[in-house]
Amino acid sequence: MSLLPTRPLTDTSNAGLKAYLHGLPGVDAVGLEARAATLATRSIKNESKAWAIDTAISMVDLTTLEGMDTPGKVKAMCAKALHPDPTDNTCPSVAAVCVYGDLVTTAREAVGDRIHVAAVATAFPSGRASMDVKLMDTKQAVADGADEIDMVIDRGAFLSGNYSKAYDEIAAIKEVCGDAHLKVILETGELKTYDNVRRASWLAMEAGADFIKTSTGKVTPAATLPVTLLMLEAVRDFETKTGTKIGVKAAGGIKTSKDAIRYLVVVNETVGDAWLTPDLFRFGASSLLNDLLLQRQRMRDGHYSGPDYVTID
Amino acid sequence: MTFEYAPAPESRSVVDIDSSYGLFINGEFVEPASNTFLKTINPATEEVLSEVAEAGKADVDAAVQAARKAYNKTWSKMAGKDRAKYIFRIARLIQERSRELAVLETLDNGKPIRESRDVDIPLVAAHFFYHAGWADKLEFAGYGPDPKSLGVAAQVIPWNFPLLMLAWKIAPALACGNTVVLKPAETTPLTALAFADICQQADLPPGVVNIITGAGETGRMLVEHPDVNKVAFTGSTEVGKAIQRAVAGTDKKLTLELGGKAANIVFDDAPVDQAIEGIVNGIYFNQGHVCCAGSRLLLQESIAEEVIDALKRRLGTLRLGDPLDKNTDIGAINSRMQLNKIEELTKSGEDEGAERWSPNCPIPDKGFWFPPTVFTNVTQAHRIAREEIFGPVLSVLTFRTPEEAVEKANNTPFGLSTGIWTDKGSRILWMANKVRSGIVWANTFNRFDPTSPFGGYKESGFGREGGVQGLGAYLHVEDPS
Amino acid sequence: MSRVDVRKTHKLFIGGAFPRSESGRTYEVNDAKGEFIANVAQASRKDARDAVLAGRAAFAKWSTATAYNRGQVLYRIAEVMEGRRDQFIAEIEQGEGLSTKKAAAAVDAAIDRWVWYAGWADKYAQAIGNTNPVAGPFFNFSIPEPTGVVAAVAPQDHSILGLVSVIAPIITTGNAVIVMPSPSAPIPAITLAECLATSDVPGGVVNILTGAPAEVMPWLAEHADVNALDLTGIVDESVAAELERQAAGTVKRVQAPRSGADWTSPPSLDRMRSFVETKTVWLPVGI
Repeated sequence: MSLLPTRPLTDTSNAGLKAYLHGLPGVDAVGLEARAATLATRSIKNESKAWAIDTAISMVDLTTLEGMDTPGKVKAMCAKALHPDPTDNTCPSVAAVCVYGDLVTTAREAVGDRIHVAAVATAFPSGRASMDVKLMDTKQAVADGADEIDMVIDRGAFLSGNYSKAYDEIAAIKEVCGDAHLKVILETGELKTYDNVRRASWLAMEAGADFIKTSTGKVTPAATLPVTLLMLEAVRDFETKTGTKIGVKAAGGIKTSKDAIRYLVVVNETVGDAWLTPDLFRFGASSLLNDLLLQRQRMRDGHYSGPDYVTID
Repeated sequence: MTFEYAPAPESRSVVDIDSSYGLFINGEFVEPASNTFLKTINPATEEVLSEVAEAGKADVDAAVQAARKAYNKTWSKMAGKDRAKYIFRIARLIQERSRELAVLETLDNGKPIRESRDVDIPLVAAHFFYHAGWADKLEFAGYGPDPKSLGVAAQVIPWNFPLLMLAWKIAPALACGNTVVLKPAETTPLTALAFADICQQADLPPGVVNIITGAGETGRMLVEHPDVNKVAFTGSTEVGKAIQRAVAGTDKKLTLELGGKAANIVFDDAPVDQAIEGIVNGIYFNQGHVCCAGSRLLLQESIAEEVIDALKRRLGTLRLGDPLDKNTDIGAINSRMQLNKIEELTKSGEDEGAERWSPNCPIPDKGFWFPPTVFTNVTQAHRIAREEIFGPVLSVLTFRTPEEAVEKANNTPFGLSTGIWTDKGSRILWMANKVRSGIVWANTFNRFDPTSPFGGYKESGFGREGGVQGLGAYLHVEDPS
Repeated sequence: MSRVDVRKTHKLFIGGAFPRSESGRTYEVNDAKGEFIANVAQASRKDARDAVLAGRAAFAKWSTATAYNRGQVLYRIAEVMEGRRDQFIAEIEQGEGLSTKKAAAAVDAAIDRWVWYAGWADKYAQAIGNTNPVAGPFFNFSIPEPTGVVAAVAPQDHSILGLVSVIAPIITTGNAVIVMPSPSAPIPAITLAECLATSDVPGGVVNILTGAPAEVMPWLAEHADVNALDLTGIVDESVAAELERQAAGTVKRVQAPRSGADWTSPPSLDRMRSFVETKTVWLPVGI
């Protein structure tokens, strides 16, 4: 016997998925949180801090997902995404902009081919709509120029034990993505237990996710260090089993550079160098970028910076 | 892209170490009558930190007399609520000076600053805080309506958790109304001397706490002193036995907290990632200088290979180096002598046929260091499975069934602690019932709390420290006869 | 000419803040000689309602704090009280007409009692919890848990020692409390509120409503989100009986009146036992 799955998942019926997912090792919440807390005590200074800040900037999916989003707002955000610090062109661009499906065209026009355009889809954030609507949502966004799709897993299906519905949905969305990369949002704040997060991670990866993502940012708690650690352990084990590297995106609630650097430490000590790239790790954030810029300016100039020295858009 | 961590040293400037220290007797630092001194070094650099007095016979006498006088005239007459307030003051002062104490502990002992800062010193404060609150409530502790103190306590502590071991000894003694003479370990006297300063800041009545530095001989004279009512010792089993022999036939009450060779038992349904952390914490925390260290890993045979692979992968992220660097996980071995012992036993492991492995670990030039080490294919008969190494060396054995795990875990003269990793609650309780150790940790390891009694079965010692049970060591609990 | 002093406004203490009564009412408090001291807020049923909301919200956090943390917070309150020792003494002298010496003894006893209860936070579970050796392969333990929100009436006299003796055991065991101090000598309670506000205790753990217990307590006795009543300071037996009858509507736990108690004698565990629920858990022991 072994601790982790070794054979391919062939039986994707509900019974098959349940046996597979419920056979994964359990998670001790106290132990997981203690490990995350110890990793959070790492003290990252000087040149490693500067490197971490630039890396974090390059991993940001700069996001606006509000009812009141307009083309003007999206264009402003895209400009900032390309040149975050107008006073310093050594500052890296972010990885992507992340918008609602109907603003993809605007975003793609604004950024050209320089950075990724990620669209949320499948009735984000709740995921409560018919399969046809979800497929259409995705197809349209891809057609409009999104090269990344952030979908939401069906939490209702998952929590009622209908694993095959959740699985089939992800597989179907992956198919209509074409060349676009698929991120599957687990909405860990609604899954509640770490055991559920582990199971949902494996379900999403087996169903074809290129990235697993913590949260929509619309539910509290969103990303936390322990939950992200758990998801990184899952992608690590998935690579051991299949040879494939799946990315992780921590989204929502990450506000400060200190937070972001802690996440990078967790990535570093769980899955190592290979994941320290925007191809495999992202931050879903909006206000985080400005704090990263303020810290970058502080390291560059030697004194604390202030809100007047970073742009609001 | 590699994420290197730049050096992140904690500053030494918060600490002020004198070039020389006398003995703390009767509320003051005095020159030793013996006129001899010992040097104490930083084991990470071999730099001399200071010199401390080596108490001789006259010094030990003076200390015990001071403790006796303070007991008779002041401390035994003081109301519990007043004793409580002195101990609360000490707890607060430790919190206030926690950074200084953490740095000092790391310099003198070699343990990583993260551990002194996040584990040792907070527990020290908590011990004084907890016991302060018992001083005026002893009638509720289950020892009768008016339990009496013993008198003067002689306390000898080891070098692995210097200030914490001091707290475990002094806090309950004082709370129960006794006065103390404490001898810190020869290689780690400095935080005890800082504690003496804290006693002065707290305006603790002179003679209630006396700190006499010295080596084995000083300790022997102290525990054998005729005017001592209670002896408390934490250290090696060998010395514990010598003390028990020396105290036999006297009226002195004795508690011993000695060595261990704990089994850390991992079942096939363990929460595996947390179990790996528990294994690592169990043997590599504090460089393995822990009496309750999980030094024998008992893996269920069906998952042994996988767990060992995962463990080796995890060991690759441990950082060994400058104890004052906030990112260091593994610090220095406390002394040349201890390093020799570890090397000798590790070599025996190889000679006896076990397989040795360590991650790639750059070792600094100066100082005493030993990389985290794992031995696989170990059996019960190997020396490394029976003898306490007291270093970062893990011996891995296997078992097939829960009964076999229990048998192997109990098959040792020691009995301090056991770790159990399984997702099944009833099995945790079944195992906890059957293992013969004073502490059982389930799905965790190396957890300490002042409310939780600590102590061993069999040759790991007798008596408990902490909790309600721990108070009994410092009170008259026998029936009047 | 001697300096003109700045006089205090005496308000309620609810949710960590100092609001006036929503009814806008105050009443006159006189010293032991009948001379005017101050107009003190007179709490209404709506203030009581607000206090219960604050208490319930605070209870969630306070009851799940570690025992160690609660002990630390309580000890810190004693530190702040010690800093205001002279103020308390002057207020007791004035309000109760005691000599400085007797007032000082009362204040010192009150601070020491608070310290006594602070030291219980991480111990009472050891004194009033236990394992039970049931006849069967089960591990069985009983632990004390805080009951929730307690409404209390402090003693009419002993405006500091009696007050502390009522409040401290309730909060050291993790409960939140709404306390009505002595109507004739409420000033020390307000000073205590200031100590609480400047310590680390979360707002809402202790709420102090000055005013008339006869008016406000019936609302608290019937309030469905109050778990227990402490009628220590009720002097009139028929009033106490009526409050208990009202409390019966939601089966509240009721601590009986104790007028005439000697507050200087050392307490037992009773006041902590009164406000905890015992939870007993069974776990099978098996391979």
